[in-house]
Amino acid sequence: MNLVMRRKAINAFALSLSLAAMAFGLVWLIWILWMVIDLGVGALSLRLFTEMTPPPGSAGGLKNAIVGSIIMVGLAMLMATPIAILAGIYLAEYGRRTWLGKITRFVNDILLSAPSIVIGLFVYAVYVAQVGKFSAMSGAVALALLVIPVVVRTTEDMLALVPNTLREAAFALGAPKWKVIMLVTLRSAKTGVVTGILLALARISGETAPLLFTALSNQFWSTDLSEPMANLPVTIFKFAMSPFKDWQELAWAGVFIITLGVLALNIAARVMFRQTTQR
Amino acid sequence: MTPTRKTKGQFGDLLFFNLTRAFAAITLALLVGIVVSLTWSALPSIKQFGFGFLTSSEWNPPAERFGALVPMYGTVVTSLIALFIALPISFGIALFLTELSPVWLRRPLGIAIELLAGIPSIVYGIWGLLVFAPMFGEHVQPLIAKTLGQVPLIGSLFSGPSLGIGILAAGIILAIMIIPFITSVMRDVFELTPPMLKESCYGLGGTTWEVVWNVVLPYTRVGVIGGIMLGLGRALGETMAVTFVIGNASLLSNFSLFLPGNSITSALANEFAEASPGLYTSSLVELGLILFLITFIVLTLSKLLLMSLEKNSGGGH
Repeated sequence: MNLVMRRKAINAFALSLSLAAMAFGLVWLIWILWMVIDLGVGALSLRLFTEMTPPPGSAGGLKNAIVGSIIMVGLAMLMATPIAILAGIYLAEYGRRTWLGKITRFVNDILLSAPSIVIGLFVYAVYVAQVGKFSAMSGAVALALLVIPVVVRTTEDMLALVPNTLREAAFALGAPKWKVIMLVTLRSAKTGVVTGILLALARISGETAPLLFTALSNQFWSTDLSEPMANLPVTIFKFAMSPFKDWQELAWAGVFIITLGVLALNIAARVMFRQTTQR
Repeated sequence: MTPTRKTKGQFGDLLFFNLTRAFAAITLALLVGIVVSLTWSALPSIKQFGFGFLTSSEWNPPAERFGALVPMYGTVVTSLIALFIALPISFGIALFLTELSPVWLRRPLGIAIELLAGIPSIVYGIWGLLVFAPMFGEHVQPLIAKTLGQVPLIGSLFSGPSLGIGILAAGIILAIMIIPFITSVMRDVFELTPPMLKESCYGLGGTTWEVVWNVVLPYTRVGVIGGIMLGLGRALGETMAVTFVIGNASLLSNFSLFLPGNSITSALANEFAEASPGLYTSSLVELGLILFLITFIVLTLSKLLLMSLEKNSGGGH
């Protein structure tokens, strides 16, 4: 009897610790989101979208940083998505058993978790150092390199979920393999692939490290791709580390915008993914 | 079907196959490119300092003398603190999500934890610097100094001024950031345990805890270690959050975790854009190369462990 009581007590103790761990995890999430909302909403104003980043001590907005971020993130997605989807197609449809397929799958998973600052260093070494100056284009390339592993991985996973009967039906109609893939397999995995693209978009929207020595930052308005360009993450970094109160406030406003956007993308991706897998 | 159509289809197939294969090869080339280009850029520093780079704690840009010891120490210690905290917490959360939670709560709670991974690291950084560190320095650090700081042997780790920012604060924030990664691997591998095994233990009268500790954990051990390695890999390479809170001091007078320090990533983030070309830049690139090689090894181990678990559980049925 005594032993049973002890085992039950240990069980109850361990399970309460597990409950506590769950609560511990949630507390951080709520605390961070609460502070972002609390301090971010206070700093929000229409000015953010209509005025440039100010010198310390005067009022201003984040217009150039927001536009710069949109340009670079957009360019990165345009460059990386087709490459990544085609690479994903190879892994899922052609390279299941080949050595290239196996190694690429392995390396891709490692690149998925590789430090993003190293990608920044790589682009610096092969692009910025060769051209001789920091540029928005190099920033977009660095972000594109971060998109590729995410989209390759999801594309491959989603294509693997497509039932083989679908492929066989299309082959039986005499379609060549590339048509089967583009018109049947890829189309039926479409929602899943879009999920991956959204997740990649969420990931690079908040990335700071690879931009630090590629796009750098710019206090002024610039849409020239061969010049340094302002962007939200690096501006936040610079402003938050500064001792100036009004810069810190702008940083919180920027953080609010980024967090809201990234979490919205994450949740949208999850909702879409759920719909595909439940269908 | 006419012969021309058939050759057209074959030509399209050939073209498409080679196109997709070329892009898959690009992914592979990226890895090789990173290693080669970083090694190339780091060559001046490698030639100048040799292995002494790894053991020297001097970081003196004006005199052009560089050593990686202080940033490497910061990277390793913050990551170990993060692992030390995140490991039990992640295990608890995974246990809760797989065994305890009512089914309807599993999904929302799982998503909430995963959202922690979705928050950009710069948000952790600004929150850590402006919200967490002041609170930590004022209320928590004095408490730790009074309790853990008095314990012999490990006491000196928790001594010194309560600045808020520093190695310990960076480690704690890293822990929060890697909890979702370790948790999600643990949860996934826990679910790989065959229900038959668990039910036989329950049938013998085992409690939930005994089932998890004696059946689930031994069965998934390899995968759990893989998850831990994945978390470690993430922690080693995390940049922005660490840069904000570690304090950026390239000097190390003693081993107290309260002191500000420097990590490989924070040194790069702070100094690289302003570094003078030549030896300074090259030394920073070498730091990046070291970081990449360490994370590469850790992540490869993680992947191999997880793959071996999947293979085993796939072959077992």
